[in-house]
Amino acid sequence: MSTTTGSLPTPSRHRSSGRRTDSRRALSATLTGYLPMILALIVIAFPLLWMLSSSFKASSEIVTANPSFLPHRPTLRNYADVAGALPIGRLFANSAVVTIVGGGVKLLLAITTAYAVVFIDTIWSKFVFAFVLAALMFPGEAAIIPNYITIATMGGRNTLWGIILPGLGSAFGTFLMRQQFLTLPRSLLEAAEIDGAGHWRKLWRIVVPVSIPTIATVGLITIVTEWNSYLWPLIITDTPSHMTLPVGLNLLKSAESSTGVYGTLMAGATLIIVPILIIFAALQKYIVAGLTQGAVKE
Amino acid sequence: MGPRSRRSARQLRRRRRRPSDYLYFVLFAGPNVALITAFVYYPLFMNLNYSRLNWRIGADTAKVIGLDNYKEFFTSPTGLSVWKVTLIFTVCTVLGSMILGLIMAVVVNQKLPGTTFTRTALFSPYVLSGVGVALVWSFMFDPQMGILRYVFEWFGKSSPQWFLHDNTTLTAAIIVYVWKYLGYCTVLFFAGLQSIPQDLLEAARMDGASKAQTFFRVTLPLLSPTTFFLMVSMTLNAMQAFDILQILKPTGEGVNTFVFEIYRQSFGIYQRAGYASAISVVLFLTLALITVIQFRFVDRKVHYA
Repeated sequence: MSTTTGSLPTPSRHRSSGRRTDSRRALSATLTGYLPMILALIVIAFPLLWMLSSSFKASSEIVTANPSFLPHRPTLRNYADVAGALPIGRLFANSAVVTIVGGGVKLLLAITTAYAVVFIDTIWSKFVFAFVLAALMFPGEAAIIPNYITIATMGGRNTLWGIILPGLGSAFGTFLMRQQFLTLPRSLLEAAEIDGAGHWRKLWRIVVPVSIPTIATVGLITIVTEWNSYLWPLIITDTPSHMTLPVGLNLLKSAESSTGVYGTLMAGATLIIVPILIIFAALQKYIVAGLTQGAVKE
Repeated sequence: MGPRSRRSARQLRRRRRRPSDYLYFVLFAGPNVALITAFVYYPLFMNLNYSRLNWRIGADTAKVIGLDNYKEFFTSPTGLSVWKVTLIFTVCTVLGSMILGLIMAVVVNQKLPGTTFTRTALFSPYVLSGVGVALVWSFMFDPQMGILRYVFEWFGKSSPQWFLHDNTTLTAAIIVYVWKYLGYCTVLFFAGLQSIPQDLLEAARMDGASKAQTFFRVTLPLLSPTTFFLMVSMTLNAMQAFDILQILKPTGEGVNTFVFEIYRQSFGIYQRAGYASAISVVLFLTLALITVIQFRFVDRKVHYA
């Protein structure tokens, strides 16, 4: 009896101190966890939500001392204004062609080049890989003047192929594909070799099917890069019907420099941002994996 | 098993080297090599060539002026202002996004609900069009209609006329850039934090180290490969910045970094392609130097877990 009463206070004290650490833990989780997370999410998401909301606002709701978060009377007027100022369907189509054709060929080149340097044993393999990889050091931004001369001489100004061609060579994509191909077991290909398969069949029947996740990653990165690319299309086009979406939007901004046109600009920004945001939301796993690859050494 | 099987595979391949292999190699790698030669390496040499000239883009004639373009870029006030703007922009964006990225990585590295979502959401601006992002922010910054105006008013101040002064233009550009890239740093630092063995942190705790001590003495040194990688890649990134800067300030005052100056000088109002080529050469060399430093030192000077 006495032992029970004597031992009783101990667990109760334990419990009360446990409760205290619990509430302290909850407080610290709020201060060092939820608070900064919510703050960061607001800072990141707010401009994009504001863009989306403003793109549906009438200009009287933008030029106001008391803006509301949601439009009172949603309107498509801003989108109509964008379409009135620019051949927006054409710009969209141009961007889509540049992204899909340019990105597709670039992905194909990355796959075949990586296959060549990994699986075809020639005396050039190592040198060619170094040659391709070293191209990563020299960004396209510094090559715009010679490339402009080259493409203009070929008659590529204000053409889609003129926009696509200089960016077709693939260095980063080749690098990522090579890293993937090196992990494939040799036995996979040896079996096919015994069956008499040539390189063409080995590439499409064996190597490509087992590398689909990496191909998806490289493909998505390429799509994002092509869709967003700006400096080169800006230089090589000067007629609206041949421009890509980012270049056209630049035109929209310089054309409508007076205040009160932010609704139109936000509609334009929405058209270029939302497609990529949707792709990112659906396939972010592949995109993040690819863009952060090479950063963390195992 | 790994190296041995690889060696035997190599021997196998060597035995089977055939003339048709060379044909396939050219077929598979040739187009890419040709494109890279034509649009990456050939421009290197052409830039060197053009940089000796006083030359308008598209003009048939040009005057050879030797190293004058380089002299101007390294000594004239306009040339030096490009160096200054590039340096300030690069240092501030790299430090800003890395420090904020590290803080957020530590935050989302806790066992709390919502961390995965937060990581993905913070990363998302990284994939968005710089043109679109800059349009959105030019609205945010507007002294009359922008949201930031209300933030300033809440503190009892009035919004600066961001794009009327060089200093505030540069500040605005840095803010947008950090906004776009801090999530990238968060995701990479998070991956680095995840790769730190738990027992090391546990051991530090057992030895009586405080949380701060553990972070600065154990975690941070172990993160150095990530830190180094980010420093290099973010520096390369910032030095190539163009779209955000050009949309925020089309004429370029205050934000004329290397790439913007190349564009302004060759395709903008000045039409001085020779001078712009000289800047291109300097940009090439600077970026190549940074990359070489990365390859040389990344394995030696940093800690690996």
